[in-house]
Amino acid sequence: MGHYLLRRLLIAIPSLLGISVVLFTVLALAPGDPFSEMALNPNIPPEVQAALRKHFGLDDPIWQRYFRWLVAMLHGDWGFSFISRVDVDTLIWQRVPVTLAVIGISQVLALLIALPVGIYSAARPYSWFDRIASTLALVGFSLPTFFTGLLLILLFSIKLDWLPFVYRGDLTATGWDWWVQQFKQSIMPITVLGLFQAAGWTRYVRSATLDVIRLDFVTTARSKGLRERAVILKHVVRNAMIPVVTLVALTMPQVFGGAVVTEQIFRVPGIGSLLIDAIQRNDTPVVMAATFVLACLVILFNLLADLLYGWLDPRISYR
Amino acid sequence: MANDRPAFDPYALGEGAEDVRAGRLPRREFSVGLAASLLGAPVASALLAFAGVAAAQPQLSYKPTKRGGGGPLKMLFWQGPTLLNPHFAIGAKDQEGCCLFYEALARYDADGNLAPILAAAIPSRANGGIAADGRSVTWTLKKEVRWHDGRPFTADDVVFNYGYATDLQTAATTSADYDNIAGATRIDAHTVRFEFKKATPIWDRSANVALVPKHLFEAYVGGRSRDAPANLRPVGTGPYRFVDFKPGDLLRGEIHRDYHAANRPHFDSVEIKGGGDATSAARAVLQTGEYDFGWNLQVEDEVLTRLEASRKGRVVACPGGDVEMIQFNHSDPWNEVDGERSSPRSRHPILSEDAVREALTLLLDRKSIHAFVYGRAGVATPNFLNNPSRLNSPNIKDEFSVERANAVLDAAGWKHGADGVREKQGRRLKLLFQTSINSVRQKVQNIYKQSCAKAGIELELKAIAASVFFSSDVGNPDMYGRFLADLQMHAIAGRAPDPDVFMQWFVSWQAASKANKWQGVNRSRWKSDEYDRLYGASASELDATKRTALLIAMNDLLCREHAVIPVVYRPSIYGVGRQLVAPLSGWDNALSGIAEWYAEA
Repeated sequence: MGHYLLRRLLIAIPSLLGISVVLFTVLALAPGDPFSEMALNPNIPPEVQAALRKHFGLDDPIWQRYFRWLVAMLHGDWGFSFISRVDVDTLIWQRVPVTLAVIGISQVLALLIALPVGIYSAARPYSWFDRIASTLALVGFSLPTFFTGLLLILLFSIKLDWLPFVYRGDLTATGWDWWVQQFKQSIMPITVLGLFQAAGWTRYVRSATLDVIRLDFVTTARSKGLRERAVILKHVVRNAMIPVVTLVALTMPQVFGGAVVTEQIFRVPGIGSLLIDAIQRNDTPVVMAATFVLACLVILFNLLADLLYGWLDPRISYR
Repeated sequence: MANDRPAFDPYALGEGAEDVRAGRLPRREFSVGLAASLLGAPVASALLAFAGVAAAQPQLSYKPTKRGGGGPLKMLFWQGPTLLNPHFAIGAKDQEGCCLFYEALARYDADGNLAPILAAAIPSRANGGIAADGRSVTWTLKKEVRWHDGRPFTADDVVFNYGYATDLQTAATTSADYDNIAGATRIDAHTVRFEFKKATPIWDRSANVALVPKHLFEAYVGGRSRDAPANLRPVGTGPYRFVDFKPGDLLRGEIHRDYHAANRPHFDSVEIKGGGDATSAARAVLQTGEYDFGWNLQVEDEVLTRLEASRKGRVVACPGGDVEMIQFNHSDPWNEVDGERSSPRSRHPILSEDAVREALTLLLDRKSIHAFVYGRAGVATPNFLNNPSRLNSPNIKDEFSVERANAVLDAAGWKHGADGVREKQGRRLKLLFQTSINSVRQKVQNIYKQSCAKAGIELELKAIAASVFFSSDVGNPDMYGRFLADLQMHAIAGRAPDPDVFMQWFVSWQAASKANKWQGVNRSRWKSDEYDRLYGASASELDATKRTALLIAMNDLLCREHAVIPVVYRPSIYGVGRQLVAPLSGWDNALSGIAEWYAEA
């Protein structure tokens, strides 16, 4: 097990290097530059722009810039934002709590809906419950978040005037009032994201469970006289979870990456909105750091999923 | 008086105004004479105002009688500030954020006149602030002004800001604001003098640059500028003190109890929330009233009008210097000359012909563009120079006429070909028209294409992603400085009321070329000895009235020679909550006057 872990971690190093080379090259080759916003301001002459480009080393060859970035990264220096003139890690850490809170809770909500609904549907396939759940899942999966988000805003913020549609990172209220306000401003983004994710996962959990529920060992368990509840939870679900774990584990990095569209609509100051702003302004160091962290997380959660398989199914061994 | 002089002698005008000021000539007579000679009455009175004849100046009415008590002020910026050092500001959003904490010597009001903030008074010839030889300006500073940390604000701070911004290693974006200044000298604790490199009428360019405290930044000049802790925790003289900042997301401030102006500020706290899109920002201010102020609402006017119907807020349009224009490429974009396309030495095969440019000008339906595309966000104008109104020329008329365009082209020998497109000497009248991707610009492109088709001109439209089009990366052929097309459309921002920088867009030595890495601002590569001469005269003309006349003459030359087609001038659009009273200006940051803002009960 320890040997396996070490080997996997060592394999991850060249993958990460490869990813960083590709990311850096693509970003460097992409058109646009961080100071284009100045171009239309006649009070800032082109020489100032040129001086800034030089100051930040934008005119050096790509390979030089890449190695400078790599060496800094190895020293734990994530880079320096062209636009904010702040260290990139400061920018990212500011956004982590809100991202984890909003996106994290929405994923938990999705799981809390998807697991019971999916399993119950599979246990009683083609029942009324299953049909309604499947239809709703299909509808939820087909409606993009920008649509449901706007719909909720129109209904709850504009028509009914119950909820604010601008999310604020630091509320001034304290105590009980803080929780009320926090709930009011979070409920819409969390619902939009959670329901969308839940719809997809429900379908997935249902089909994975259906695959297992027909197998002979389930019939054996039932004929032993085990209660239906025990059959489903102990025998079916545990075996059905392997593909679901893969899916969920690979979705987890997205929790960190944020949800770009939803964050834009509700102005949630998460990493997704930081990333999209950085991309729009060609703030390469921020884009590079955020995407690179995402790449690391994907590799890490992949590894975690592989380790979880062994726990779920002892027949899988690590060599 | 001026009647016996040639209609275009700008010096004649200035002398007339001098006479009025000295009491030699009754004001009315001067106006009548002017109107009869070449200008309309409004311009004549504007000239008088500019020459220093006191006009009835409306006093700003600030009602609150005590400091604070206004509760929170909530502002929504769809692009939030990303940094808080005014000398590093990349865009207007950053300058706006700085305005909460930092202040300048003065700010420009809605009419483009300076109003003092940290200065005790605005320098003028009369009070001796502006040297008669135009080589220096002396500012007297307001006394009893303190930084948020209690240290006094003095002339040393002003001198320091000059040195800080002009050090190339600091990489300050404000360095250009000081570029006509040779040095700053402290006369006494509250007097500072800027010496100019040469005699200049533009003494005010650095007046509205926000000032940072010397004692917190002096250790961080030049290469170390990025390490200053105060870059992220501003300590200024402004009406609000810094509380919290998350770049691009949220900026918060609280009332500064020792602010230097009486009874100000009114609000107990301020916040700027960033992110999202302009339409929902407009909605939060105009429709739900969740926010008190919405910045730069670039939203279709029709949508704004609909949102305004809820009466939670109103839209305020502040005319400034921004002009949307269609530029002709006066050089040849299709053939290499001296190793580059669009070389300033070449001439455009079709557009060098006056008749074609005149026809193209006649084919632009500005009134429809104003009415159906821009609304309040773009006012139709035939002039390049529109604001402040004292600089607006009355001589150029907006004319849209397909018939006249056809007549002009017929007379010039352009004959309709088999497919309806005109031809002459084997050349088809087909032009490539590029702009940035932006729904409003694409609508204008299409309107223009249709009317051009009616006159037998075929326009091929091209839209380029804004980040590429406005890029400073000269390696990209689609960048607007390279201008590898026949026509291109974009806006130019005239932030300062003095249009000196603005007018440089057409002087010959600014022509963008490979030699200057396409950094010249004359991107249309227009060349006119007459224009160069007028510009040269305006840059050294110390008499404000004569200078105004020169600037108007330059505008008229541009329009008469069809060097460029102005489309609309674009006021800044803000959303203001129902109770908020906010003196806004199109010539300065929206928040530059935030100390004067208050909420009506």
